[in-house]
Amino acid sequence: MLRNFFRHLDPPLCLSLIVLSGLSLVVLYSSSGENMELLYKQAIRIAIGFLILFSVAQLSPETLQRWSPYVFSVGLILLSMVLLVGIVGKGAQRWLNLGLFRFQPAEIMKLGVPMMVAWVLTRHPLPLRLRELAIAAAIVGGPTILVILQPDLGTAILIAAAGVLAIFLAGIGWRWILVLTAALGAAGPLLWTMLHDYQRRRILTLFDPWSDPLGAGYHTIQSIIAVGSGGANGKGWLNGSQSQLEFIPERSTDFIFAVFSEEFGFIGAVLMVCLYFFVVARGLYIAFSAQDTFSRLIGGALSLTFFFYVFVNIGMVSGLLPVVGVPLPLVSYGGTSMVTLMAGLGMLMSIHTHRKLMPQ
Amino acid sequence: MVNIRIKDYVRETNLIQSRLVISSIIVALLCLVLLGRLYYLQIQQHSHYSTLSRENRISFVPIPPARGQIYDRKGRVIAENLPTYTLEVVPDNVPDMDAALDQIAQLIELSDTDIKRFNAALRARPGFEIRTLKSGLTEEEVARFAVNQHLINGFQINARLQRHYPFGPEMVHVVGYVGRISEADLERIDRNAYRGTDYIGKLGIEAHYERTLLGQSGYEQVETNAHGRVVRTLSRVSPVAGKDIYLNVDVDLQTAAREYLGEFEGAIVAVDPGTGGVLAFASNPVYDPNPFVNGIDNKSYQLLREDKGRPLLNRALNGRYAPGSTIKPIMGLAAMEDRRSPFERVFGKGWFSLRGSTHRYRCWKKEGHGWVDLHDAIVQSCDVYFYTLANNLGIEKLHEFLTRYGLGRETGIDLDGEPSGLVPSKEWKRNARGQPWWPGETVIAGIGQGYTLATPLQLAMVTATLANRGVRNKPRLVRAVGDSGATKLQELGPQTIEQVPIRNQKMYDVVIEAMVDVVHGKRGTARRSGQGAEYRFAGKTGTAQVVGIKQGATYKEENVAKRFRDHALFISFAPADNPKIAVAVIAENGGGGSRTAAPIARKVMDYYLIGPPPPPEEEPGKEDDAA
Repeated sequence: MLRNFFRHLDPPLCLSLIVLSGLSLVVLYSSSGENMELLYKQAIRIAIGFLILFSVAQLSPETLQRWSPYVFSVGLILLSMVLLVGIVGKGAQRWLNLGLFRFQPAEIMKLGVPMMVAWVLTRHPLPLRLRELAIAAAIVGGPTILVILQPDLGTAILIAAAGVLAIFLAGIGWRWILVLTAALGAAGPLLWTMLHDYQRRRILTLFDPWSDPLGAGYHTIQSIIAVGSGGANGKGWLNGSQSQLEFIPERSTDFIFAVFSEEFGFIGAVLMVCLYFFVVARGLYIAFSAQDTFSRLIGGALSLTFFFYVFVNIGMVSGLLPVVGVPLPLVSYGGTSMVTLMAGLGMLMSIHTHRKLMPQ
Repeated sequence: MVNIRIKDYVRETNLIQSRLVISSIIVALLCLVLLGRLYYLQIQQHSHYSTLSRENRISFVPIPPARGQIYDRKGRVIAENLPTYTLEVVPDNVPDMDAALDQIAQLIELSDTDIKRFNAALRARPGFEIRTLKSGLTEEEVARFAVNQHLINGFQINARLQRHYPFGPEMVHVVGYVGRISEADLERIDRNAYRGTDYIGKLGIEAHYERTLLGQSGYEQVETNAHGRVVRTLSRVSPVAGKDIYLNVDVDLQTAAREYLGEFEGAIVAVDPGTGGVLAFASNPVYDPNPFVNGIDNKSYQLLREDKGRPLLNRALNGRYAPGSTIKPIMGLAAMEDRRSPFERVFGKGWFSLRGSTHRYRCWKKEGHGWVDLHDAIVQSCDVYFYTLANNLGIEKLHEFLTRYGLGRETGIDLDGEPSGLVPSKEWKRNARGQPWWPGETVIAGIGQGYTLATPLQLAMVTATLANRGVRNKPRLVRAVGDSGATKLQELGPQTIEQVPIRNQKMYDVVIEAMVDVVHGKRGTARRSGQGAEYRFAGKTGTAQVVGIKQGATYKEENVAKRFRDHALFISFAPADNPKIAVAVIAENGGGGSRTAAPIARKVMDYYLIGPPPPPEEEPGKEDDAA
């Protein structure tokens, strides 16, 4: 029974996830000002995360495929409820209070949207045609807009990315990609008017954070200073002045990479990027060697979404991308994103370990 | 349906797999982008960001608390905080400090002392904390600086509170002063408590009650621009003002007392016997404490140090004088404590000799007082009586008894650096001088000469103890403390040390009656000072020799240079039956206690008990060179 349980794990993936979780605790100890209570909480979350990963890995890809419409529907209902009865958390409505704990339905959609897209596309022959594309676009667009309305730009982008990546993998024609890109470019100004002031400022200051060093550019500048001042070898654990003197905002959550690279330097940062690259590469390999279309699509989409997290987060911390609330997978302090990430990684393991010997 | 498409498994697989390969390549490329960015920031631009991280734009600006104010007995401000313009700088924001100082020197006069002190301050604390270059800028200097401010980065003018002593010299020996924190101070204080504060109590009440007066500093988290100027405040923790202090001392009485000393150097200490509250604590001459607040310049300080009158010496606290005949009342108590009858008489023949010695210990009255008992001996200050008494008691008993009354011991006043004075003993002489005790030294100790030393404060407290019939209180300059602006004060109350153990309380009657007759009796040494008094008071004159007089020679004031003349002493309390004030007066080189010191004490008591005198009165008579 127990052997069966572990049979559905992928050792290389597991190992790198454990290393990342360990790093998370090390950096959190420093960024939280040596707050043991916070560390315990994160350790418990990691434990719960692995438990979810193991559990999801037990499910077969067929089961996951069957469940996809339900996951998506439940997510859609909850998202609508958030808008209706959601309580205000940090000035934005993101949380649903379920009595014992607060729940962020948008997180479900990070899995629900790519699952639904893969489910829909698997039912039709590929490559896509306009009709399927329109359905897929609606599946991606609907929840994204709901999340934008919350407003939570970061999560919305992640949900959209997960769906779009699934569509991309399904073989949308390059022509379409070109057209969509152009359409998005045209929609830019329209979107611009829909954005909140603070979001606009964040995007503007992306191009020149120093134009508003004490306002919108402040986070980015302090973060870049932290990263840059780390140098090759870093300032040493617990010795980052930017982190310890609390210059870095959100240093335990979204900007934890700034703390890490300030204290462990370029060497540490390269190691971490490589570690993430390994996780993503392993995920893409699993998708590549999967045996059915749904598995390939969902496996590839989840791997790429994982990478999207990493890229957006590190890009934001190092001043390449605007500040959007995207956590660094497995390392940032926080619960909900941990759960969905681990469930996604569990799906990858499920895909890899449920392969059947097939006659070629 | 015409257009049925069949799922082509192989085609689909190839399609997705090719997309996965493309994705992998993109992922790898994006990883390289990230690594490239990190390389650019952490390796290529490292030194730039290192600098930025050091000179970060968020800084903590400490806010000094307002120092507690000091009020006198009647609520007049003795020490206050006045706003002043100060030129300040966060040293980290100035790349070339020497060049900046040169520039500033062209706009604002900077003395060598200013620069020296500033350089010391630079070393004392971390570079991100604000430092003062100069305070007390004139409006003109402020204007001149403001015009040129853009040329001088890092420096700014702020309005700060600065200590000011409105009564200047009059209260300096009580209140002392604050000064800039020196490097020596830094070694003994908690630096955090003084963040943002440049001043620390150096002397007097300001030093002794430093913790009460200081308060707690607060801070502001501010964002500064590239030139170190504050752009906006992010958060603020308010400072807590120091507590105000209310003195027992009455400025008017203190000022009047010092005025009464006139040209004499000396001290006057007046206390309320019942509480130990110090009503006046005057030392003459005085100096202005205000220049000390920001550091007095060397030249002026040198002048004060070299002044013959030694104004820096707080005579009331630190002046040590032979108490002379003022200890005779205590000697009288010692006699009775030793079960000697106060009615036992001694023949005052003008001098006293130890058995088997030809050395004559002379009485101040050459012809002698004739037969005197204890009462007469105190009233007329008969030296021979007390020579005999001291010789009979012996130095050990004498030492023990005088010490009981607080001589040779700190009074415990709320000031720092109080000396203990000295009541000699055989043991003391062996330890301090390595010499045996001579019987003759006992004899002169009986009239408060020789090794015996007492401070004016000690004499006042001994007098208060007599007035209290043995209750010893600690002298208290401070009556109460209170939060800034509070109406309800925390009264500190009297601090009683003990009831001096003595065989019989009635012995005080004998001594006090004699002391009353010193001023009111027909033959009292200070009878002129008692004339016309609206109340009865008790006193005792004293004269302390400054130089010894050769055997057979006569002390003639005219023949002695002023600084070798005897010190004039007087102790008294009034009213005799319900003492409200006890006074000790010492006029250095004043000649006799009865002629110089007693009238001063009377005036002080008059002032306190009756009120300020209407017009100035004429000079006291010139006779009764009693001691």
